[in-house]
Amino acid sequence: MTERLHPGLNLGPAHGAAHEGSEATVFGFWVFLMSDLITFGVLFATYAASTGPLSLAGGPGPAELVHLESTAIQTGFLLASSLTCGMASLALKYHEGARRVAWWLVVTAVLGAGFLTFELRDFASMWSDGGTPMRSAWLSSLYALVGLHGLHITVGLIWIAVMLSLMAVQGLSDRVKTRLLLFALYWHFLDLVWIGIFSVVFLAGVA
Amino acid sequence: MSEERRERRSYYIGAALSVLLTLVAFGAILSIGLSQVPVAASLSLGSSSISFETAVNGVGRTTALWILAVAAVLQILAQLRFFLHIDLSRQKREDLQLILFSLLLLSIMAGGTIWILGNLSQRMM
Repeated sequence: MTERLHPGLNLGPAHGAAHEGSEATVFGFWVFLMSDLITFGVLFATYAASTGPLSLAGGPGPAELVHLESTAIQTGFLLASSLTCGMASLALKYHEGARRVAWWLVVTAVLGAGFLTFELRDFASMWSDGGTPMRSAWLSSLYALVGLHGLHITVGLIWIAVMLSLMAVQGLSDRVKTRLLLFALYWHFLDLVWIGIFSVVFLAGVA
Repeated sequence: MSEERRERRSYYIGAALSVLLTLVAFGAILSIGLSQVPVAASLSLGSSSISFETAVNGVGRTTALWILAVAAVLQILAQLRFFLHIDLSRQKREDLQLILFSLLLLSIMAGGTIWILGNLSQRMM
């Protein structure tokens, strides 16, 4: 049996059928992630084309609406959650038991919820400062890009809840193991997209 | 070193690199416009003490944006390597082709959008 059957963390031969069986599923999930990457990439391009004085349409710009402290806090939350998600994967791979995996997933979810709280607070304060999506091309493209990422995080939180209830019923069955692999890929991928967002939208915005 | 310790360390290295590169990115942007950043230090040993003051220049906007871009690319590569375990030399062929083909499509669509709309925007100025 081969050690590495697919990109990303592999369960390894010690997991037998679950390792073998996850090859096709994980590959399929990579196809989804890559198509999702293209969606994000095109929204990044739309955003990049909607910066500059003309796209502000006389409305508020990054200098008025972007709060870098909040961006830094969100970045910290998401990076920490990516690490704890990795800890969940390792707990799964090295047979530390369902309890341990569940614990790391809960920590990941709490950190993800922290991220989302600050993001929603930012949206609310932008909104009350006149930064609504309808105001200008820049704001439309910002809400589309950052909002889609936030939506992905929300779906990730729901996914964690589903995995926890599935684990409560099935324990660490082969099916659960494969789905946890997929979740880890998804969560790390969202942190990658966030690097692009905090660099392109927030930091480059106020530069 | 056992595989478990190696993989665990891989996550720690990825997180440490990400923190470092994030700090570099924020630091570069926040230091724009600071023409003089004062740096003061003092050292006292017993009865004698030395203190000095100096100033370093903040970076220009273009330099800061370049630092930001390089830090972002490096952080993406670091997370791909240490969190997602992408190691091109050991990938199976279809996976590598999938990732490369997606990047090709993305560069055509994103690059084309920025090129055409940027050109249009310039003509409307």
